[in-house]
Amino acid sequence: MIREVEILVAGGGPAGLCAAAAAASLGAKVLLCERSDVPGGQLVKQTHKFFGSEKQYAGDRGIHIGRTLADAAVNHPNIEILTDAAVLGIYEDGVVTVLYKNQHLKIRPKRTIVATGAAEKFLAFPNNDLPGIYGAGAVQTLMNVHGVKPAERVLMVGAGNIGLIVSYQLLQAGVEVAGVIEAAPRIGGYLVHASKLRRAGVPIRTGYTIKEAYGNGKLEGAVICRLDENWKPVPGTEEDIRCDTICLAVGLTPLAELCWQAGCQMAFIRELSGHVPVVDGNLETSIPGLYAAGDISGIEEASAAMVEGRLAGYAAAGSLGYEPQKAGELRQGAAEELAELRSGPAGARIMAGLEKAAALLAARKGGAGPC
Amino acid sequence: MDDKNIILCRCEDLTREAILQCIESGCRTIDEIKRVTRAGMGPCQGRTCRMLIAQELSAYYKVPMEEVLMPTFRPPTKPVSMGVLADACREGGAE
Repeated sequence: MIREVEILVAGGGPAGLCAAAAAASLGAKVLLCERSDVPGGQLVKQTHKFFGSEKQYAGDRGIHIGRTLADAAVNHPNIEILTDAAVLGIYEDGVVTVLYKNQHLKIRPKRTIVATGAAEKFLAFPNNDLPGIYGAGAVQTLMNVHGVKPAERVLMVGAGNIGLIVSYQLLQAGVEVAGVIEAAPRIGGYLVHASKLRRAGVPIRTGYTIKEAYGNGKLEGAVICRLDENWKPVPGTEEDIRCDTICLAVGLTPLAELCWQAGCQMAFIRELSGHVPVVDGNLETSIPGLYAAGDISGIEEASAAMVEGRLAGYAAAGSLGYEPQKAGELRQGAAEELAELRSGPAGARIMAGLEKAAALLAARKGGAGPC
Repeated sequence: MDDKNIILCRCEDLTREAILQCIESGCRTIDEIKRVTRAGMGPCQGRTCRMLIAQELSAYYKVPMEEVLMPTFRPPTKPVSMGVLADACREGGAE
């Protein structure tokens, strides 16, 4: 039996929850499928305060933002949320399959919004499979969601915002942070996060990489070394760092497999951190009726994911005939909010990536390629 | 050699050495490597190793990452037990 649905949202993180709420506010009926047992996505473990403007809940902690968004969606009469519901596939005819608890569901939505977020990147170095080597996000989950002290002494690899924030939260949990190393010549995350670590006496070393991990059956330490301007290790700069845990915070990559399956036009765009579906101003992919919002169309912060979700939700509901004029205005408002969010220096990289994507979109729409 | 101790595909326990041997023996795409070694066929479905293997192909054949051919993506995105599919089939949900 195939269930008919107006709008299906895949993913209950900031983008998916906002997409559902936006579409439902215009009158559309939404089914949201979330893989884990609670909606909120990665917000459920963000114990720090967010930046941005009031519209994106700046000053509030991520964990509270997630709860606010989830409560609003759960209480909305037009939204049904399935948790423990992983979207398995999107087929040529638009049918979507879902593993819901122990059932295999088939759904035919009129519109689908893919908001599946991102995954942590892994790093290749000798002995990178020793127990004690984690993604930084996984350690953050252990600590902030499950209340498990994940380590005694940690080496953090990566000084982007995730590496810096998780390092600070490790300190808060009573874990020693041996240091943060970063291959790039400068710290990638916000200075405010880096400063908190430095004030606590944690060294942050740029231009350093991990040469190897070592240990007998489990991690006992790591050898780090300096990189030259061509990213080559400098011999003689090796240092031994004793630690029982290494956290890899070397970036995220979009979780776009549903878009690949559906046959969307995809592109590898470095500035967006990997392969992304090429979307138009409504965040609609090359497959009509299939939208992509949040980290899946380029790694950004949760604030941008929320606004993208709203934009896709308004666009999808409007295209189904729900208050099309109002939907258009709201969509336009969200687009302006995104432009504002990306206008600072931190948004320059994203803007460069989006320009590349826009060029690919123009080539497609212009009919330059074979049809 | 270090490459013996560098894991690229955690699910299938494949080292960098094994992947490089595969490339040196003529494999040019992620899908070819997958068919020979099972890289990317474990529980995580390539989310960990796919881009690491793409980087090796990019370096070996001197092509930019933008041009490294991605594998074919098929449902399901995660392992599903045969029992679940059998139940769905009985109820007409998986034809």
